[in-house]
This record gives sequence, C-alpha cells and structure tokens, in this order.
Amino acid sequence: MTTLQRWGWTLRSDRRLRLLATLVVSGLAYVVLRWGLGFIRSDGSPKIAAMLVAVTVGVVGAWLLFWILDNVVASIPSERIRQALRPFVFVGPGLLLLFVFQIYPTVNTTLISFLDDRSESFVGLENYVFAFTTDDLLIAFRNNLLWLIIVTSLTVSLGLLIAVLADRVKFESVVKSTIFLPMAISFVGASLIWKFVYAYRPPGTAQIGLINAIVSALGGTPRGWLTHAPQNSFFLMAIMIWIQTGFCMVILSAAIKGVPKELMEAARVDGANAFQIFFRITLPYIRGSIITVATTVALSVLRVFDIVYVMTNGQFNTEVIANRMYVEMFKFRNFGHAGALAVILLVAVMPVMIVNVRNIRQQRS
Amino acid sequence: MSVEILSRDAAGLRYNLRRILTGTTLRLVLLAICLLWTLPTAGVLITSFRPYNDIISSGWWTVLETPFDFTQWTLEHYGAVMMEEGVGNAFLNSLIVSIPSTIIPITVAAFAAYAFAWMEFPGRDAFFAVLVGLMVMPLQMALIPMLRVYTRLGLSGSFLGIWLAHTGFAIPLAVYLLYNFISQLPRDLIEAATIDGASDFQIFTNVVLRLSMPAIASFAIFQFLWIWNDFLVALVFLGGGRDVAVLTTQLSQLVGTQGQGWHILTAAAFVSMLVPLSLFFSLQRYFVRGLLAGSTKG
Repeated sequence: MTTLQRWGWTLRSDRRLRLLATLVVSGLAYVVLRWGLGFIRSDGSPKIAAMLVAVTVGVVGAWLLFWILDNVVASIPSERIRQALRPFVFVGPGLLLLFVFQIYPTVNTTLISFLDDRSESFVGLENYVFAFTTDDLLIAFRNNLLWLIIVTSLTVSLGLLIAVLADRVKFESVVKSTIFLPMAISFVGASLIWKFVYAYRPPGTAQIGLINAIVSALGGTPRGWLTHAPQNSFFLMAIMIWIQTGFCMVILSAAIKGVPKELMEAARVDGANAFQIFFRITLPYIRGSIITVATTVALSVLRVFDIVYVMTNGQFNTEVIANRMYVEMFKFRNFGHAGALAVILLVAVMPVMIVNVRNIRQQRS
Repeated sequence: MSVEILSRDAAGLRYNLRRILTGTTLRLVLLAICLLWTLPTAGVLITSFRPYNDIISSGWWTVLETPFDFTQWTLEHYGAVMMEEGVGNAFLNSLIVSIPSTIIPITVAAFAAYAFAWMEFPGRDAFFAVLVGLMVMPLQMALIPMLRVYTRLGLSGSFLGIWLAHTGFAIPLAVYLLYNFISQLPRDLIEAATIDGASDFQIFTNVVLRLSMPAIASFAIFQFLWIWNDFLVALVFLGGGRDVAVLTTQLSQLVGTQGQGWHILTAAAFVSMLVPLSLFFSLQRYFVRGLLAGSTKG
C-alpha cells in the first residue's frame, strides 16, 4: 500500500476524519463557487472565460453537492440512521427542486388566482368571471381551441401521410431529415423565418415575401397576411404545423415499421389493396402511437406562446391564453388575472396528468 | 377457372395501385413537400448573405438565376449582427445558460432515478406518481410565484437563477426518462456490486452511470436544444438586458426594433440556428432515438 492509499483508507474508515475532510471540501467549494458566480456576473470578465467558469461551476457544483451529502450521511455513527437517510441523499435534491419549482408554485398560483391584482385581498371567482366574460379573453379561448383542433389534426395527419409515403421510396432518410429539421430551430427563429415568408410591401414595389410574390405573380393584390382576422391565426398555426409535423412523422414512421410484415403480407394475399391494408391493419396497429403523438402536440399547442409573442403579440385578434397570461403579468401587472389564466391552462392539461399517473401506477404494480 | 381469372384481375389492380404509389407521382409529391418545408429556411439563409439594397429591391429567389455571380453575396451583415447588435454576446450567454442547464438537471435526475429504481424509501411510489403527473405541468403555473421568490432572493437576471429554474422545470421528465433506462439494468449487476462491498454512491458512479451513458447522451442532446431554443423561461427569469440576454430574447428584441431590417434579422436568425442545426446534422441518430424514448411511453 502506498502512503496515499493508506491515507485514503484511513480517511474512509474513520468517520470523524471523513466528516472533517467533507467540511473542508465544502468550505473550499463554497468559496470557489462564490468566486466563480461573481466572476460570471462581473462586467469586467471576458465573456469566453466567464463561459468556461460557468460550465465548471455548474458541473462541479452539482457533483460536489451529492458527494458532500453522501459523506455527511456516511459519517453518521448509527447504521440504522445511515440506511434510512441514504436514499434521500440521492433523491433529496431532485425532490427539493420538484417542490420548490413545481409543487409550491402550483399551490401558490392557485391561491393568487382568487386574490386581487396585487394579491392583497380575496376576490372570490372574480378573476375567472373576468376570464370567461371579457371579449378579448373569449377570443383568446376561441383561438386556443382552433389551434388545438387544427394544428393537432393537421400535424398528425400530415406526419402520418409523409411517414407512409416516404416509407415507399429510396430517399426516405432525406425526406425525413428535411421535414424533421424545423424541430431543431427555436420557435422564435421559426417565427422570424415565417415573418419573412409573409412579408408585405405596398403594391407596385417588389414583393420580397414568398407568398406575396406568388400572389402578385398570379395577378392578385399583395396583402398583410398577419393583420387580417380571422385568417391571420391560420398563418400563425402554419408555423406550428411546420415545426411539429417532423416530430409526428418520426414517431409514426417508427410505429409503422413496427407493424409485422407477415400481417400485411397475409392481407395482401387475401386480396386487400394498399388503402385497405392502411386503414384496416396499419392504422389500428399504430393507434397507441397516434394517441401519444396527438397528446404531445396538443400539450405544446395549448401552451403556445413564442409564436404569437413574436409575430403579432396578440394583436389583430390572434391572442392566445399563454400570451395573454404574460401580458397580464408584465404589462397590466394584474397577478389575479394572470394566475387565473395559468390555472385554466392547468385544468386543460389535467386529463393528461391523470391518465399518465394511472398508467404509471399500473406499470409499477 | 373463374377463381383464377378473378385472382388475376385482382393481381392487375394491385399492380396498378402499387405502381401509382411507388411511381413518379409519389416521388413528385414527396419532392414538393420537401421543397415546401425547405423554402422558408432557405429564403432566410440566402437573404442573410445579400447586400441590403438587393434584399429590399428583389426577392431572394432571384439569386438562383445567377448563383455564381459573387458580387451579389456579402458577409457584412454577420459582422454587424455579431458586434453591433449584441448577437455575439447573446451567443456566449446562450452557451453559459445551456451547458450547465443541461448537465445539472441530468446529474440531479440521474441520482434521483437511481433511488427510485434501486433503493427503498418511504413514499417512493407516491413521489414517483407526483413526478409523473408534473411532467406535463404548464410552465405558466410557476411564473408568478417563482418570479416573486427570485426577486426577493436577488436571483432574477442571474445565470445561477436560470440554471436552477431550468433544472427545476426539467426534473420530472429527466427523472422519468432516466428511470426508464436505469430500472431496466440487470438486477444481478447491482447485487453483485453490493456484495463486493460497494456503497450506493460507488455503484451509481462506477456501474449505473457508465452503463446509462447512451440514454443520458440522447436526453442531453434533447435537453440542450430545448434550453438553447427556450424563450419564455429566459424572458421571465433572465430578461433582455444586453449582459445576460440569450439568443432567443435578443432575436425577439431585434424583431421589435428592426421591423423591416431584414439584413439584420436574417443574419441574427441564422446565427441563432447555427448550434441546433450543426447538432442536428451531426447527431441526428441520437436526436431521433431520444425523441422515440421520450414519447413511446404508456
């Protein structure tokens, strides 16, 4: 045994020594991490160095946390207490974050939704009455519903169609990459891309937006696609469809490839044509995947915010709940209204929550 | 005899249908769809390299007539965007936000997933059920209370604050996905390590973590892109100040201030897409795998 190894062994076997070492490391870590965070924030530090420090601080910090917790528990003399506490070394930080960032805010926001704009006095259901009777808000609800129906059905069916068609050609992977690509782009970036597609300039000048150029070339008059309700909402939905179709396609394509070849072959031998095979075999077989994909898209559509914020900021009757919630919160400073809108969103996703929890319970029991 | 004729007819019909579905029409339809999906991005990309006067006087597609006329290409917008419009700074801020916001939640979630899969503790199943329920929680529920807490603690507008926020919001999904993988590891392996006298911490770091790397990598790519592309969390908890603004917030501010300045907007948009697109093209397989792991639940 080298001296170093012996030293390490003593350290590990002697609880008090171990605790001491842990405390020393914690102290050092605290000083270093604090310095690091200060360095990142300070205006004087070069950005690239700040970035490297940030990465180190974040990564090392997270690991040290668990290392220190584990050592603290290991230095407890009673074996029984050690055993009882050890799982919480592992799961504790996660549960703490879960509580702070999800459970506490849920309770708090629900409370806020029954209080006035500055969360000072109880107003009963007033915020909800406001949400369900004000014209702007009713438009937002209507839009959310339209988004939900149109975007979900179109992305799923388009994704399915492309998956089925691409399955039959040699350049399948190229098609899939192309359709999938927008998934990697931010909603803000995608919105800007489409803002350019919809760009409008007065008739007579050169149209630089793709759609208005096509319209002019066909002899029509160019228009501002985003300012005319109610069609403008559909032009915003197109962005979401453009982004999400790739997701549906990838999942459904994998599902289609999972349909047993023998099953399709048998149907073919029995004289079924391609359409019959698709509707009677493929479709029922991938039903589960379709439901999953539709649910996932519906959830993200329900919370759509970035697209509306960047494209119109809810003007011209394009408002949606998530954007209005942001506006209530930051522009009108009415936390009661904002809280009520958040709760309404929560209630809308509640069925999915319940189904997920029920499924997991069945799986684990 | 008649059966034979019938089946031959059916064969003919099948043949025709199949030919339509695999033939030129099919290829053309797919090509058209691909074109439709590519044109918007291509337009932005091409425009970002054109001189300002060209951009406003003709559509971007006109360059396709003479693609090799190099006088119509320029890099000047990129210089302007990176330096004067704060996009260079925002790029670094995005990295400062995204890398720790990928690694911290994965670390925390992997430890938690190990506990859920291989350790006994009171309330384990109940905690897990809550966690699964919270997977689809709308972010909006957290905004008001957390912003208040952050303002009180001085965390709002700080990188530490946004790392914690992203970690907190990512925990349910991250734990769930890593649990799915870690709980499937062979029981013998874990038990053998226990008999050898390894502590849970050692089993986790030496055995479980090493074996889970493929699952972790898939999720990491996903989480990184999600953070890189996030707008709402950055807008609320970090804000639009130049010292901290990330690419998405900077881009949305430019949309507000630049209006018709397409030379600036297109170049900035492309800078913001640079990292996701290169990740997408180099790691597409992991990307797809992560997506499949994430959504074929239930």
